[in-house]
Amino acid sequence: MTADTTAVIGSPRSTVDSIVRVTGLKKVYESNRGPVEAIGDITFDVPRGQFACIVGPSGAGKTTLLKCLAGLLSPTAGEVVLEGERVDGPPRGMAVVFQEYGRSLFPWKTVQQNVELPLRLKKTPRDQREHKVAEALTAVGLADRGHAFPWQLSGGMQQRVAIARAIAYEPHVLLMDEPFAAVDAQTRADLEDLVRSLWQDLGVTTLFVTHDVDEAVYLGERVLVLSASPTCVLDDITVDLPADREQVDTRSSARFAALRTRVHRGIQDAKAGRRTPSEQPA
Amino acid sequence: MTLLDSAPPSVADPASPTPTRPRRAGSLRAPLVGIAVTLVLAELLPRAGLIGGDALPPLSSVVAELVRQLGDSTLWEALGQTMRTWAVGLVLAVTGGVVVGVLIGLAPVLRELTASTVEFLRPIPSVALIPAVILLFGTGYQSGVVLIVYAGFWQVLVQVLYGVQDIDPVAEETARSYHAGPWALVRHLVWPTALPFVFTGVRLAASVALVLAITGELVIGTPGIGSAIAVAQSSGATTVTFALVVLTGVLGVLVNVAFRAAERSLLSWHPSVRRAGGAR
Repeated sequence: MTADTTAVIGSPRSTVDSIVRVTGLKKVYESNRGPVEAIGDITFDVPRGQFACIVGPSGAGKTTLLKCLAGLLSPTAGEVVLEGERVDGPPRGMAVVFQEYGRSLFPWKTVQQNVELPLRLKKTPRDQREHKVAEALTAVGLADRGHAFPWQLSGGMQQRVAIARAIAYEPHVLLMDEPFAAVDAQTRADLEDLVRSLWQDLGVTTLFVTHDVDEAVYLGERVLVLSASPTCVLDDITVDLPADREQVDTRSSARFAALRTRVHRGIQDAKAGRRTPSEQPA
Repeated sequence: MTLLDSAPPSVADPASPTPTRPRRAGSLRAPLVGIAVTLVLAELLPRAGLIGGDALPPLSSVVAELVRQLGDSTLWEALGQTMRTWAVGLVLAVTGGVVVGVLIGLAPVLRELTASTVEFLRPIPSVALIPAVILLFGTGYQSGVVLIVYAGFWQVLVQVLYGVQDIDPVAEETARSYHAGPWALVRHLVWPTALPFVFTGVRLAASVALVLAITGELVIGTPGIGSAIAVAQSSGATTVTFALVVLTGVLGVLVNVAFRAAERSLLSWHPSVRRAGGAR
């Protein structure tokens, strides 16, 4: 798997089992001041089971890319293919965790009802629903908060509920849009470890959009660095850190520092308007 | 006087669909003082004979008359007739306003098509329609119902339109990403979002409906509290007249209190109610 993921942009498409294929994706918004090209040309593949992080400078079209992946926006050109099927609406096998957990959870439903809703929409039988909801809430450490309302919980706990809702749905691809941008640093570290261990336990392909370089390197097996708008993939970095990561040890390792430097350099290149990475040792 | 009352009241601020404010315990004294002063004035002014001479009875005799009337089955019959008109009209107005409001609110095309028509029809005072309604529907209680439906429908419709506009885009994207179909969207997202606005609309419509039920009876002569007031007035029974007027006031308060209580229990999740009830 690792040999393919290091593929440089423009090289022949990998032949491994790609669960997500993005080809020539382009998104142009019509505005009053004429068309705005948010995404220029994005192409990448994600093998089944990978944890890939997508980073880019502010305004790099990260959210636009995510919405195209989620089928919530239709691209101007190019396509997103999920499990061999072209995405032209929210695909069945995908769950999205949004940054704004407070707005993404329904305040009129309890925690349990929020987690249950996608299963109801999926027409999962009631007895299975109860079991899956309980399991998902246990997995995020909220087994005893099912009857609370989201607004009675802290921000970090609310985002846990949103994550529970996503994993109870049993998606093949989990999409996360800067999910921890709005929580404090310590909660953030806990949630990072939670997401990492859920990924290891469930083996679900995870695409994690963030603007945080350290977070991307800490979480991912791979980091895609986006250029500034109109966006392309500026760098594609394999994160060859050990699978078991720990907040203090991993982040203080020499390899982490090297990877972090490369991703950070990529972000700086993107801000400078470059479309390809500047020369540097990996 | 009722002509003014029945003009549609201004629309509630969409940002605060339920203007419920918690009342601090210390400020409970002020309203009590206000009530006491009003009661004393209502007793003393008629006795002093400054207004209307004998036509304005003192409060004590009005209340005594009301208590006497409450022991009389004719009053209860009239009250039942008025409340039937009120309830039938309100149910129809709310149902119509909610269904049409959700449909129009969810379809931007319909919204644009109907906006100017709604703005023209909405301000027409229902009482201005009384002569036309008598021509079309006769003098039965149905005419009162029609007046109430006309006035109440707009109250609810406008609120529902605000409510549907209040849907959070992130919540909508969440629902869409989990494959909510049109019916599931309405049930799990649109309806709960609009509910606080619906309640405001229903409360406004309920008050207007009461005004119109009684106005209709007064003007058209359909049996009920309104016509009882007209009969008492024309037979010179001034104390009875005022006793019935006080009764309509009590009805209005009861209707408002009942809807506020329902609102609080059904919207316990809503920020305005959360604040009033404290964190739970």
